[in-house]
Amino acid sequence: MDCVVTGGNVKVLAKAIHSLSRIGDELYVEPQEDGLALRSVNSSRSAYACFLFAPLFFSRYTIPSGPAFRCKMAIKSVQAVFRSLATLEKTVEKCHIELDEQKNRLTFTLHCKHGLMKTHNLSFQDSESLQAVFDKDSYANVFRSHPRLLVDTVVHFSPSLEEVTVSVSDDQMWVKNHVEDEADRSKAMLTELCLASDEFDNFSVQVHNSVTFCLKELRGLLVFAESTGLPISMYFDEPGRPVVLSVTDSVLEGNFVLATLSDDTDQRKNNTKRARTTPPPAPDDFMNDDMDSYLIAMDTSIMPGPSASRPPSPPLVNSTCLNHTAAANHRTRLHSEEEDEEEETVDSCGPPNKKFCSLFFGSVLPPSSQMTTQPLTGQEVLASDSEDDVQ
Amino acid sequence: MPLSTQSQGEDEQYVLVASLDHARNLSNILKAITFKDHAIFNATPNGLKVTVEDSKCLQANAFIQSKIFQEFTIKEDMVGFQVNLTVLLDCLNIFGGSTTPGVSTALRMCYKGYGYPLTLFLEEGGVVTVCKINTQEPEEPVDFEFCSTNVTNKVILQSESLKEAFSELDMTSEVLQITMSPSQPYFRLSTFGNSGNAHYDYPKDSDMMELFKCTKTQTNRYKMSLLKPSTKALALSCKVSVRTDSRGFLSLQYLVRNDDGQICFVEYYCCPDEDVAED
Repeated sequence: MDCVVTGGNVKVLAKAIHSLSRIGDELYVEPQEDGLALRSVNSSRSAYACFLFAPLFFSRYTIPSGPAFRCKMAIKSVQAVFRSLATLEKTVEKCHIELDEQKNRLTFTLHCKHGLMKTHNLSFQDSESLQAVFDKDSYANVFRSHPRLLVDTVVHFSPSLEEVTVSVSDDQMWVKNHVEDEADRSKAMLTELCLASDEFDNFSVQVHNSVTFCLKELRGLLVFAESTGLPISMYFDEPGRPVVLSVTDSVLEGNFVLATLSDDTDQRKNNTKRARTTPPPAPDDFMNDDMDSYLIAMDTSIMPGPSASRPPSPPLVNSTCLNHTAAANHRTRLHSEEEDEEEETVDSCGPPNKKFCSLFFGSVLPPSSQMTTQPLTGQEVLASDSEDDVQ
Repeated sequence: MPLSTQSQGEDEQYVLVASLDHARNLSNILKAITFKDHAIFNATPNGLKVTVEDSKCLQANAFIQSKIFQEFTIKEDMVGFQVNLTVLLDCLNIFGGSTTPGVSTALRMCYKGYGYPLTLFLEEGGVVTVCKINTQEPEEPVDFEFCSTNVTNKVILQSESLKEAFSELDMTSEVLQITMSPSQPYFRLSTFGNSGNAHYDYPKDSDMMELFKCTKTQTNRYKMSLLKPSTKALALSCKVSVRTDSRGFLSLQYLVRNDDGQICFVEYYCCPDEDVAED
């Protein structure tokens, strides 16, 4: 890989890395034909983020022909390359990113003012590809707004607050702090904001619902969206199904997939309510634990052929999922044990206390192009059945 | 607001009297060399030299010329004593070290001689505080024998460009490697940290480079932990001169301009890390 980023795009790239650092400790780098994909996932795998920078984002973008390459590295070390974010725009004229596969080095060279040249040679590890499976089109509730609206909303919550609950009606959205324990509720301060639909560029609600998710990752995305001025789209429907936040422009796309808390009572209620749109989750005889019923599956497999061109199929169909997995396994030559183990761990331990749905991740060695930020093109949404996969 | 209330009679007992309208001009520059508690003070008619050392491998000197002081009276050719620098700085900031324009602490520093405490009269807004700091037997500073005739390489840079580099240095690296060379890479700072290595290259024709006089390619490593305190001096300074001698010893000289536009100097000497064979 050999690419060059110039001018204001250096800052955009740096901001993206900083916002990914809010998610996890590792940065997954994957140069693809359709652009450079940068991804991260948190340790409990309940939050995933991906940025795809199209080749046009760069002034030069070349990737090696031959087998796809991907690696991961400590996100801190990449952050260090762009440490002085505030002055970056003024000081850095050009950023050259070069991959030396022989030496296992990813080299960032910053050409700065006054002829100063900063070279960072970062070591990396090979990695499985990281791919969350989600389908933005399948969501019932879709919102789009200028980042300012969300920034102004989030600012009212204390930095120590972990989760917020977002509820919607036909023409309003409420954002409030989530108090975990009923007992705490009497002591805790409750903050609730109401946003009218006309504050949004797009406000489309099909299901009156509320979801609870982590604020930290949302804040991470807001930092990016605010600095680039890109509108944020938000997709959610049922509690337990991940919320998707995304920013898009002509040369980049960022998607943050955050698990939401599933709630027993809510879920039952909603399942009946949403029966028309989505089949209820398969009865679960394995663990009657609500957190597992809405896992998003993330496929860990290596697929030689571009599975990318298949049209997105409707989500949550049990059989689809099974078929898919089976197919994936068939096509897999390198399905490593490590990966298997990983799946299992993820699945069985899940994020324990909080009843957060884990995003069930995995590796898709994308054959070539297309695989990334529109994972949908290639993958079914395997929500609610990933349990079966493992069994 | 100079302290003029002291009677002349009392003044006569002192071997050293130094007054400053703005105590901050002294405390700022002392902060640039604060990495150990003990500081050796040497006053001559030219001014005040304050020395701090660490492990006999690092030495920092601050030079405050006599003309910086509104009054500088010395009765002997040389007056030397040692005090706890942290305590001295606490005293100089006893009024909180406010940076509000128009409000400043005036200082009168007096020393009666061997065995006597260092007496500070500090005044702000009509309130006077008198501090007496016990002095200690002055130690002999290490002579690094850094002699300008043995200097092989020298560059003078505007501090701004080095500040950026030093603020970004990978602190997981145990050493900072400095390469100076008449050919490429001219002037290079390198770190070797957990996540890989990093190089900062300054071309000799950069407009940040005020002087470039390198005669021989030299690569030396210096302990990051030793060099770290020098960033305080760098932060204050407007220019820095980096020199290495034939033994690989490093001299960093910082030109510091205070709030009143006067110039002081801070100098750091550092021994090279010995496990690296030369060239």
